[in-house]
Amino acid sequence: MTDVLLEAQSVKKHFPVTKSFILARTKSSVKAVDGVSFVIRQGETLSLVGESGCGKTTTAKMILLLEHPTTGSIVFRGKDLQHLTPMEMKEYRASVQAVFQDPWSSLNPRMRVGSIIAEPLVVNRILTSKAIRDRVRELLVQVGLRPEHDDLYPHEFSGGQRQRIAIARALSLRPAVIVLDEPVSALDVSVRAQIMNLLKDLQREYGLSYLLIAHNLATVRYMSDRVAVMYLGKIVETAQTKQLFAHPAHPYTRALIAAALRSRPDTQQEEIVLPGEVPSPLNPPSGCAFHPRCSNALPRCSETLPVLQEQENGHWVACHVAENRTVATSGSFSAEERT
Amino acid sequence: MTQPLLQVEDLRTHFLSRWGTAKAVDGVSFSVFPGETLGLVGESGCGKSVTCLSILRLLPQPAGKIVGGRVLWEGEDLLKKSEGEMRRIRGRCISMILQDPMTSLNPVFSIGDQVAEGIAIHQRLKAKALWQKTAEVLGSVRIPSPQARLREYPHQFSGGMRQRVVGAISIACEPRLLIADEPTTSLDVTIQLQYLTLLKDIQKRTGVAMIFVTHDFGIVAKICDRVAVMYAGRIVEIADVRDLFDRPAHPYTQALLDSIPNLDEEVDRLYSIEGQPPALHSLPPGCAFAPRCSHVTRRCGDEYPSEVFLNPGHMARCWEAAQ
Repeated sequence: MTDVLLEAQSVKKHFPVTKSFILARTKSSVKAVDGVSFVIRQGETLSLVGESGCGKTTTAKMILLLEHPTTGSIVFRGKDLQHLTPMEMKEYRASVQAVFQDPWSSLNPRMRVGSIIAEPLVVNRILTSKAIRDRVRELLVQVGLRPEHDDLYPHEFSGGQRQRIAIARALSLRPAVIVLDEPVSALDVSVRAQIMNLLKDLQREYGLSYLLIAHNLATVRYMSDRVAVMYLGKIVETAQTKQLFAHPAHPYTRALIAAALRSRPDTQQEEIVLPGEVPSPLNPPSGCAFHPRCSNALPRCSETLPVLQEQENGHWVACHVAENRTVATSGSFSAEERT
Repeated sequence: MTQPLLQVEDLRTHFLSRWGTAKAVDGVSFSVFPGETLGLVGESGCGKSVTCLSILRLLPQPAGKIVGGRVLWEGEDLLKKSEGEMRRIRGRCISMILQDPMTSLNPVFSIGDQVAEGIAIHQRLKAKALWQKTAEVLGSVRIPSPQARLREYPHQFSGGMRQRVVGAISIACEPRLLIADEPTTSLDVTIQLQYLTLLKDIQKRTGVAMIFVTHDFGIVAKICDRVAVMYAGRIVEIADVRDLFDRPAHPYTQALLDSIPNLDEEVDRLYSIEGQPPALHSLPPGCAFAPRCSHVTRRCGDEYPSEVFLNPGHMARCWEAAQ
């Protein structure tokens, strides 16, 4: 497909755990991300969902080049990031931007808002200082603030307004992809909708692609086109948003959806209270990592690792139980088949 | 009708600062009946936590001052009690679960020591009996092999288990009112559901009443019997949980409910409330929500709305709702 913008191909990130500081012998490794593949297309939103420690933030960090994958590759516009020239690398960094969770710590309190938004433009030396000032004012208006706000400091703004500033900074270089790491979860309930609507409007206007990391499923449902559910460093299910919420196939996805609290009393919902907690990625269970908490685990779930298989068009599940339910029609997942 | 366990009448708590007086809680009244769960909902800075701290008189000193109102616990005003009398009430009659289990447990004391502390003070148990009771309490919040884990330290517990330990501390002396201040915000969704189910089970077993502070309407829908919605230091609406969701009377409640994305249906565009919550230093004379309200009239800016009862249990403070 031609409109694939960014692709992760069985990306792994293992953090070594050393036994002693001096001898620094590698004892084992934490498999934070363990073979994750996905594509982000032009103008769409892909969400990564999962509980803390499932590797969603590490995945995002690798896309932002803040971590290097242990193995696997990330391909942007047909080029592998590992083989980019320094010039191309600079371009890549400009076209992939991020908005973080906490606008209290992601904005420098000692810089004026104008300089915060202008910084990426200054670093990339693409505009004259006059043009930069105009661009900053234009960006402020785009995110719903006033142009004269460029002279103020971050502490003079409320949480929602700060998140708007962070969005303006991310937009300043006209990126292709924005990584949104829990963009609304630190905000007040009454301003969340404002920010979500703003992000959707900007996406429509500029054809932006988003990689959204969130744990609130209602937010994910509202914002995204496709969803990938992660558990202990692996994607266990991925599908179109509508399909995933209507027919979740993996028991973990079903439990997540059941655990998400409905915003109305007396809503009929499946009662699944998962026993136990997420196991440590240092020592993950054998076979399917979810089997100790799964209520319909089969004997072979603890022995062999299920691979992602396509159930329906674009709906991939890694589960032995779901496999049994539908006769698998396609082979195992590989990056080649998807592109 | 049964007697309320706790009655808060016109409570006013102000914070004095260099920039003036912040009216964090400004005339809040509600009551809690035995065995029920009252949800206290609102955005950050609307005064829900300060209301809870005022009930237990645990406000940060000297900045926070309760300047008016009464807090009646079985007819006795807690605001008139001495510090010594309050100490006998905290933990035994009314106890509290704080938001963050990472910071509300002391890292240098063992779990057993921390759970036992309250039991030793209120029930004067010693040595073996105390240790026995502590293990029992830990078992009741479903900590596996409690005897063995008494000697462990908070860092050996996961987030969900730490929050259950905090829960164990607060129910150890069988209080009749439990104030839970956003106890699940730092937990994952599946762990949150475990925790809420546990609290409900404890309530069923012991009949403890709860004040549940939250900003999440999903939690309200799941566990609360009645709900009080706060905005800028005041309660703008109180109702039974079903009434509130089906017939919200205050424009703020309506707007909040409309702006929450729903898990079970596709929406193209969410309703959003424009503007920001007001600063508590400079509240307008009239309704604090007026600048963001879509039904605003001239009267809203000048006069604070009086209580309007839509039915005996459903109160809203809004001029529009009065009509």
